[in-house]
Amino acid sequence: MADPMKIRATLVGDSTEVKVLMQHEMETGQRKDAQGKTIPAWFIQTVTATWNGKTVLTAQWGTSVAKNPFLAFKFKGGAKGDRIQITWVDNHGDKRSDEATIA
Amino acid sequence: MGAALTAVAASVAFAQGSTADAIAKYREALQDGNPAELWEARGEELWKTPRGPKKVAFTACDLGLGAGVVKGAYAQMPRYFADADRVMDLESRLVWCMVEQQGYTQEQATKVPFGDGSAKRSDLEALAAYVVGQSRGVPMRVSLDHPKMKTMYALGEKMFFYRGGTHDFACSTCHGEDAKRIRLQDLPNLTTREGAQKAYTTWPAYRVSQGELRTMEWRLNDCFRQQRFPELKYDSDAAVALTTFLAYNANGAPYAGPAIKR
Repeated sequence: MADPMKIRATLVGDSTEVKVLMQHEMETGQRKDAQGKTIPAWFIQTVTATWNGKTVLTAQWGTSVAKNPFLAFKFKGGAKGDRIQITWVDNHGDKRSDEATIA
Repeated sequence: MGAALTAVAASVAFAQGSTADAIAKYREALQDGNPAELWEARGEELWKTPRGPKKVAFTACDLGLGAGVVKGAYAQMPRYFADADRVMDLESRLVWCMVEQQGYTQEQATKVPFGDGSAKRSDLEALAAYVVGQSRGVPMRVSLDHPKMKTMYALGEKMFFYRGGTHDFACSTCHGEDAKRIRLQDLPNLTTREGAQKAYTTWPAYRVSQGELRTMEWRLNDCFRQQRFPELKYDSDAAVALTTFLAYNANGAPYAGPAIKR
């Protein structure tokens, strides 16, 4: 199981700014280990963000996204105390969900 | 002929300037989402959880400001610890607490000083990230009042200027003059106050190229490797002495780590 995400959500004017730091290997599948064997690809495939249960962002990621990725986005709306949930699923089927409230 | 040479020299200088600017911009862009935070979070967990054969948490560990006090402690390290009768940097002190309070052997405590950027993760790096993060913004204030601190500083200074190894290198070969570079990276001049402050206060740091958080002892260890020196032993007096020399020279500057570096 991956470490928890760090999520910060702040209200800026009439929109919410969300910043997420995720812990993931994001292995490209192009590197080789010390024995010369290819290290299999292992990366986050989909990212979903919900605001009080309503989806505000979905993203499809590939191997070009950096290790331990950082994601920042804005959406219209939101109020202090609202719930933001971020979920990612990787190509192993592993999943991680974390929550934060808008500050 | 003379004019042509001048033109070449000018364009080289320009290229260096713009590269350094671009690297500075790159660092600034990354600063917001510094993955060091993930290490800090893991370190905080490790700090508060009872560990080792004696099931003691680091909250019993005195970093110089009292048992379990983390806030601002790193800005005053290395320092002399009477209970160990030794000058210690942060990493040495963590190891000491693991051995003396938590019941690990020295070997167990220092088994994984540095992670490999993947499955092999170092608890010491995470703990260091957490502790140093609690000194962010606190001015460096390392004191040489204790005679053993003076000895350590003098030893560190001597090591810094000591030429040796197969390449007749010293730390000062690269870090003793302004505007030296390794590949495209500008190297800090650690003999000046500004140079030492800028360098020391931004370690430990998350290294993007390694996907790891790296501590000061890692930085020194890798400098030794680059100089083709014998390996700098983790938690050794040599490592502490060099750290003492650099930390004291950085006094006065607000601590700014854990930073992010290429």
